Amino acid sequence: MIKLIGILVVALGFAFRFNTLLVVTVAGITTGLVAGYSFNEIITLFGQFFIDNRYMSLPIILTLPVIGILERYGLKERAESLIKKAKNATTGRVLLTYLFIREGSAAIGLNIGGHAQTVRPLVAPMAEGAAAARYGELPEKTKNDIKAHSAAAENTGWFFGEDIFIATGAILLMKGFFDSVGIHVGVWDMALWGIPTAITALIVSWFRFNRLDKRIAREAGGSGNSSSLPKKNDKEEGVL
Amino acid sequence: MHLITLDTLYYLLGIIVAFVAIRVAVDKTHPTRVGSAIFWGIFAITFLFGKQIPPLYVGYLVLIMVIVASIGKVTKSKEEEPDPVEREGHAVRLKNKIFIPAILIPLLTIVGTLTLGKIKFGSVQLVNPENVTLIALGLATIIAFVAAQRITRAKAVVPINEGSRLLQAVGWAVILPQMLAALGGIFSKAGVGDVVSGIVGDLLPTNYAFVAVAAYCIGMLLFTMIMGNAFAAFAVITGGIGLPLIVQLHGGNPAIMAALGMFAGYCGTLMTPMAANFNIVPTMLLNLKDKNAVIKAQVPIAIPVFIINMLLMYFLVYHF
Repeated sequence: MIKLIGILVVALGFAFRFNTLLVVTVAGITTGLVAGYSFNEIITLFGQFFIDNRYMSLPIILTLPVIGILERYGLKERAESLIKKAKNATTGRVLLTYLFIREGSAAIGLNIGGHAQTVRPLVAPMAEGAAAARYGELPEKTKNDIKAHSAAAENTGWFFGEDIFIATGAILLMKGFFDSVGIHVGVWDMALWGIPTAITALIVSWFRFNRLDKRIAREAGGSGNSSSLPKKNDKEEGVL
Repeated sequence: MHLITLDTLYYLLGIIVAFVAIRVAVDKTHPTRVGSAIFWGIFAITFLFGKQIPPLYVGYLVLIMVIVASIGKVTKSKEEEPDPVEREGHAVRLKNKIFIPAILIPLLTIVGTLTLGKIKFGSVQLVNPENVTLIALGLATIIAFVAAQRITRAKAVVPINEGSRLLQAVGWAVILPQMLAALGGIFSKAGVGDVVSGIVGDLLPTNYAFVAVAAYCIGMLLFTMIMGNAFAAFAVITGGIGLPLIVQLHGGNPAIMAALGMFAGYCGTLMTPMAANFNIVPTMLLNLKDKNAVIKAQVPIAIPVFIINMLLMYFLVYHF
């Protein structure tokens, strides 16, 4: 039981809003100590895992300079104005379309999205633009709601699509686990049985995005300020 | 032998991050010049020399980064946001050409993923097929970068400025995914998973077939939320709960159990701040003040999917 102390540290640390890096480090050190590792052994583990997992930072660091140039030259503005021309576009439909593309391409083994690569420069501005085309200036709260759901579309699509493809990390990990305990399991079996849940995720998201559209209509449409304000919403947009 | 490896890309990342460190170090107006320069400098070192420096020293370097960040000495610079009017002007001038580099990244990543792994020169492979997606992404980004420079005709200093500004806006959270992976690794070395699966197994009447399924799914969900990573939870919870109870005691189908068990874990990933690269880093990228905004958007998706997934497992795992 004492080994769960790290979980307690994380829970308390998050609850009291200490710096997340500090909480994570302290949780790792205390867990290591109660498990009988020396301080230097724990620091060695941190160092080793930090190096082994450098790939996690690769997409974001590598793409930000490119995205930076494109944003400076009006990528977001263009994405917004393009979507405003599509008469039937709503935030929910933009997000559902993205989720569908993301999940479908992941299911055939393609990893084409990402928060830095597509969500920030394209998906979120288009989702916002679709709402702005209908209701004009959006309240801050609504904008944040749309951005958060854009990230949710990315995560949901990727997670539930990825498991359908036989060569992804998840399926290979499961296969490796069963091999190690001497049970034969086919990769196709695992991949195909994932399909009902993958479809469930799509339907649930569709429902949520519909609700988002209704919420936007209520928050932005009801206030009656559509197009009464000059277009000055770009100020905080790009500050990041 | 592989010509292009992840290490090749890590050198590039190291150079990009080093540029950030240098820019911060020479920026006299930076509010936390010393701390931020140390943070980005060390981060650059872990990419450039990560393989050469012994892990113990890397660990202490990381510890310094954590300390500098937690005393509030890593912040963003006062660099100017590009003028919205100027951006609007460029948008009108460049029209849809601005999309070309942005589309090139995913497009070339696909092409690269499908082809790069197959290219060989005698016994020398171009890339390691295991990492082909990441390397394809890396090469796609480099090509997109060249395209972006040509299309916008931006000065060479623009990507450095903008990249530095955006990275500093993400700030210390950029190392959070790596730190959480390290914490997950320490948790599993310390045997935290065995304790969790032991508790679940002891508390619940798992001699009922449905309870076994529920215990496995909930175990995957909770342990993934703790670790921030469904992969780490999988071996522990499947070994501790799934295999002995669902497969061996109740005769369930291991393939179905595993596939749907992993999804139960993913529902956990959608709901935990521990999965920082999916849930916390995006809030920084999207300039959201509420760091839990993405999680809040995902909880109403994750819970229904989790319940339906669990029922699917119960109906499928014992019948096929």
